[in-house]
Amino acid sequence: MSIIEAKDVSIRYLTGDFKDIGLKEYVVRKLRGNYHVTEFWADRHITFSLEKGDMLGIIGSNGAGKSTLLKAVSGIMVPTEGSLKISGNIAALLELASGFDKDLTVRENAYLRGAMLGYTRNFMNEKYESIIDFAELQDFQDRPFKQLSSGMKSRLAFSIACLVNPDILILDEVLSVGDGAFAKKSGDKMKEILKSGVTGILVSHSLPRVRNLCNKILWIDHGKQVAFTDEVNLYCDAYEEFLNSKILPEDREQVKAMAANLKKRKDKAKLLANRNEAQKLEDMLNKGTSDAAIQAAISLLKKKKPQVLK
Amino acid sequence: MEILNYNWIKNTFIKLKKHQFLFEELVKRDFKQKYKRTVLGMAWSILSPLLTLLVLKVIFSHFFGQRIAHYTIYLFCGNLLFSYFSESTRTGMGALMSNAGIFSKVNIPKYLFLFSKNISSLINFLLTLCVFFIFVFFEGIPFTLKFFALLYPVCCLIIFNLGIGLILSALFVFFRDIGYLYNVFTMLLMYASAIFYTIETFPEKYQMVFYLNPVFCNIAYFRSIVLEDTIPSLNLHILCFLYAVIALFIGTFIYKKFNHKFLYYI
Repeated sequence: MSIIEAKDVSIRYLTGDFKDIGLKEYVVRKLRGNYHVTEFWADRHITFSLEKGDMLGIIGSNGAGKSTLLKAVSGIMVPTEGSLKISGNIAALLELASGFDKDLTVRENAYLRGAMLGYTRNFMNEKYESIIDFAELQDFQDRPFKQLSSGMKSRLAFSIACLVNPDILILDEVLSVGDGAFAKKSGDKMKEILKSGVTGILVSHSLPRVRNLCNKILWIDHGKQVAFTDEVNLYCDAYEEFLNSKILPEDREQVKAMAANLKKRKDKAKLLANRNEAQKLEDMLNKGTSDAAIQAAISLLKKKKPQVLK
Repeated sequence: MEILNYNWIKNTFIKLKKHQFLFEELVKRDFKQKYKRTVLGMAWSILSPLLTLLVLKVIFSHFFGQRIAHYTIYLFCGNLLFSYFSESTRTGMGALMSNAGIFSKVNIPKYLFLFSKNISSLINFLLTLCVFFIFVFFEGIPFTLKFFALLYPVCCLIIFNLGIGLILSALFVFFRDIGYLYNVFTMLLMYASAIFYTIETFPEKYQMVFYLNPVFCNIAYFRSIVLEDTIPSLNLHILCFLYAVIALFIGTFIYKKFNHKFLYYI
């Protein structure tokens, strides 16, 4: 049985006149028949389904409708058309750093955030110490939140969020948190959670991460579904090629061709890099004023490829 | 009507229970936000109505003081209920807007934000109510069993404020003008609530007009118990109840209807 089943999901945003106009303008425009609301489809006909333990990577350029789709899955928005069936409880970690209150202390913010994520008070009492330890904020517990650096803020957010024990986990660009050491720690923690058998959805612009963590891929472009597939590497290759060429594939053949193109391009680049290196070495040898450089070259050849000297 | 559906009401209570922890934390946050950077902190919730009372007393004693018995208590009744109404609805108005960053990221019931704002004004109100009883005591008005009937207008006003808060906070998302309009409206309503004068100075046929004002109805109830030691007529009971229920009904209806649409407007 599928944990998440999205059938032909379309989500419409309303934009246009109704926003940012006052009451007076609203009445005036209504009377004149000058009141326009335009529709904007953030997602169109998206279909996918996930089984238990699946990890879906959603890829697509900025504004493709990835975050909107996540909002629908996590229940913040409802699909305008189509159906979305979800079984199990969801934890959605969207843009972690927002939603804190700058005047409350770190401790108070931790509890507030925990409450928002649906934890109980007992659970938070129990885990509070380990949250602070993980975030490395022991000395800041009773400081107002606004005094923290932005790195510390996201560290706290991550530490609270990674306690979740949901059936479905939604991650939107949260893996890259903090400085190098913490980024590694958080990455490890994330992997640990994902290995525990949750069903996950990950939105990330980091393709190596998607290749590493996901077993299914949903590729969206300008709200339209390009592909939903479990051939992760093939489609990631094609997507990388797409980022370069900006041409969408129309069928599987083209995807293959694009992946091949990418390989060709990468080989070419490697070749070029090698050639550059050889060139550099030659230049260095040429620049040598004494015979020392030539001597060094000859002795290296003697050691590594004696057959050339003969 | 779906709103009156038994299951829906039951689900709402289950949800409330589920989000109890969040609710408590929100209340705490709102309290802290309210008194940040004030020296006297919570003392203001008692001081500010007392200062208003003092101003009213100084200005209006001369005009109405002789004709109305226990004029301080008379003023206090009006001021107590009206400031609760105006504070709770005014702060409630921004409840959705100021928490937009949260409910556009996490799926939690939106009315919680309003409820929590309402709780902090309710606590203020209850504190002032205690001060009110102290005043009543020193004025030499005897406490009788009938004072327990005061629970009725208090409950009605709580529900009424909640309903108006729901309506205003939703409208505020759509039209920011509401903020300015509402300020003018509350001023008008204050003058129409007979806080410092009595409606008996008006001809009988105009006196009925005052009962169109829900806040006045509750004030009249209060005064009747405290100053006249009489339980008001059944009509007044029904009126207070109806206003409260209608406001709550409209508010819930708007929230239910626009629950997923608020997102587009922020």
